[in-house]
Parts: sequence; structure tokens; C-alpha cells
Amino acid sequence: MIHNKSLEILVGLFVSISIAALFFMALQVSNFNGLQANTSYEITANFENVSGLKDKALISMAGVPIGRVSQIQFNPEDYNARVTLQIDSQYNQLPSDTSASILTAGLLGEKYIGLTAGGMDEYLQAGDSIELTQSSLVLEQLISQFLFNKSDD
Amino acid sequence: MNLLQSLGHVSLVSFAKLGRASLFFFALLRSFGYLVTRPHLIIKQLYAIGVLSFWLIIISGLFVGMVLGLQGVYTLSTFGAEASLGIMVAASLVRELGPVVSALLFAGRAGSALTAEIGLMKATEQLAGMEMMAIDPLKYILAPRFIAGFISLPLLALLFSSAGILGGHLAGVELLGVDTGSYWSQMQASIDFYDDIVNGIIKSIVFAILITWIALFEGYDAIPTSEGISRATTRTVVNSAFIILFFDFLLTAIMFGSH
Repeated sequence: MIHNKSLEILVGLFVSISIAALFFMALQVSNFNGLQANTSYEITANFENVSGLKDKALISMAGVPIGRVSQIQFNPEDYNARVTLQIDSQYNQLPSDTSASILTAGLLGEKYIGLTAGGMDEYLQAGDSIELTQSSLVLEQLISQFLFNKSDD
Repeated sequence: MNLLQSLGHVSLVSFAKLGRASLFFFALLRSFGYLVTRPHLIIKQLYAIGVLSFWLIIISGLFVGMVLGLQGVYTLSTFGAEASLGIMVAASLVRELGPVVSALLFAGRAGSALTAEIGLMKATEQLAGMEMMAIDPLKYILAPRFIAGFISLPLLALLFSSAGILGGHLAGVELLGVDTGSYWSQMQASIDFYDDIVNGIIKSIVFAILITWIALFEGYDAIPTSEGISRATTRTVVNSAFIILFFDFLLTAIMFGSH
């Protein structure tokens, strides 16, 4: 049997290498950001169609991620989809006429929400709603529109 | 009539065994208090169960990752999507292969050793001898091994997944020329810490409890002859494999079913 002290050292080494593996997984493999307490505020946006958009989808402005989608709900009053956007609080100077559109990363990529700044002096506050929205592209509708246009010609 | 009788016999025997196994499990849980003041017992077993499995797990993980990298590139290149290799390698390792393959290896490497050790202790009447000296073998021999297995397997599964992701990098990026930036960035974008990594760790904790429980119980319950111990060791590996795969299905359905 190995001497008691070197045995304990080996066990300690084993445990520390494993914990290093956990850190490797958290920081290098996944999008773990639980350590930094980044506060955020929520705004909502109504879309006619959100097909393909998922919870936790990225929200980007000028290509820079500034938040994530936290909730997608059906609004029975106007038959629209109400999307709750969670924006990092360091980006608290979005003009109140900012517009939101659902875009696709690449040809078959994930859907994300792109924000385009407007020109108003007032800023969006927590709980505000974005009025100008553009729905997600539905490929079938696009194709049928294209075919109708063709047959009109 | 004979058929009915043997069916009844088999069910009665297996129910009795299940009952003994449950009582054994609760007795193990009750003896944890004894170990709080004696951590050196656990450390010794951590060496035998965890440290000695280290290289097996690292090398297996590396090769599983390398195979995933090769096969991933071959398959994904038909869609022109080699850039997504990182997602494929990391998701399959972290969610499934890491916990499951390391549990299967652990059952073969450590579970069988535990059963043989406990069974031989029983056959040579070391366990009975301890009871004569008023030392409860459940507390002194079995409980430290249970806790060591419970700690070791989740750590080994983490090592397996990490080694596999590096192996996938080795095969996909170094060998077949996938872009290293897209390998890591696509992986980071789609692997979630809580949904994927923490769920994988929970899986391996469940497997650890099941394997060590089975291995210790089979050894403790073995017929104390050389044939009995050999059968108990076989049963440990076979039953562990079945139960790991069955519980993996169950846990996957619960954890990833809502997506």
C-alpha cells in the first residue's frame, strides 16, 4: 500500500484536476455567466409572427449582443405574440422609437431580434413597449408570394 | 404446474433480494455519521476508486472525442456544416456520452473490484471477524466505499467530457482542418451551463449511487464461495450496465423532454 501522505496528495491532485475540468466546461465550453451579476431591465414588443424565435434568443443592436429574449407569449386581445426582451442595464439609452425585427443568422441559422435605434430624445424605460416591429420571415409565405407575382407577370 | 412454480420461485427470490438491497441501502445511509470523524477512511477509497480510474477515463474520453471529431467532420461536410462540429462533439459528450460511457467504464473498473473485494472479505470471514470485535463492517468497510464512489464518478465524468472535447479538437481541427475559432465559438453559443452541463452532472451522480449500491450489495450478498464471488462480480457489471442505460433513458426524457 502506498504511503499515507502521498496517497492523500494523489487524491488531492485528482479532485483539483476534476474541478479544473468543471471550470474548463463552464468557461470554455458553455455560455456560463452566472458569476458576474449583470442586472437587466425588461421591455416588451408585439410581433404579428414570431415563428422560429425561441426563449433565450439573442437581442443584438448593430451586431453586438445586448440582451436575451426572456418570454414569448400569445396575446389573446390582439392575436399577436408578445415578446419580453431582457436588456443589460448598461444599455439603458435606447431611444423610445427603437424598432425591433426578427432576423435569421445565416441561411438556416437561429432566429434573433435585431434592434435599430430611432431618433427620439427620450429613452425606453423598464416595462415600456416597442411599437415598431417587423415579423419573422416565413419561408412558405415568401415562396407563395413569389409564385403569385410570377403568375401575374 | 412446474412452470408456474418456477415462475413463482423466481419472483419471490428477486423480490426478497430487492428488499434486502433496500434495507442495505438505508443501513448505508444511516452509517454516514460514523464517517464524519474518520475522513481518512474515505480518502483511502477515493484513491482506490477514483485516482486509479483516472487514466482509463482520460484516455477513453480522448479517443471517444477523436472518433466523434472524425465522424462529425465526415457527416457534416455532406451539408457543408463542418463549422458546427464543436456543437456536435460538445453536446453529445456533455449530455450523453460523458455520463454514460464513464459510468459503464466505472462499473467495469471499480464496481467489479468492489464486489470482488467485499465478497472475498465475506468468504474469508473478515466481515464476521470485525463484528466479533464490535466493529460494524457496514460503517467501517462499506460506507466509505459508497461515499468514495459517489464522489468519484461525477468527477470522472467531467474529466471524460473535457478530454473528449479536447480530443474532438485534436481530430477535427488539427487533423482535418476545421476552423478552431468556429469550433469553440459555436460550442459556447449553444451549450448552456445549467441545461447541459449541470444536467449531465446530475445524471452521473444518479449513476454513481446506483453503481456503488449494486456493487457493494452484490459483494455483501454473495454466496461466500469462489463460484459465488465470480457470479456476483458478473452480476455487478451486467446489472449496472442495464440500469445505467435504463436510467439514462428515463433521465433524458425528464431533463430534455420539455425542449
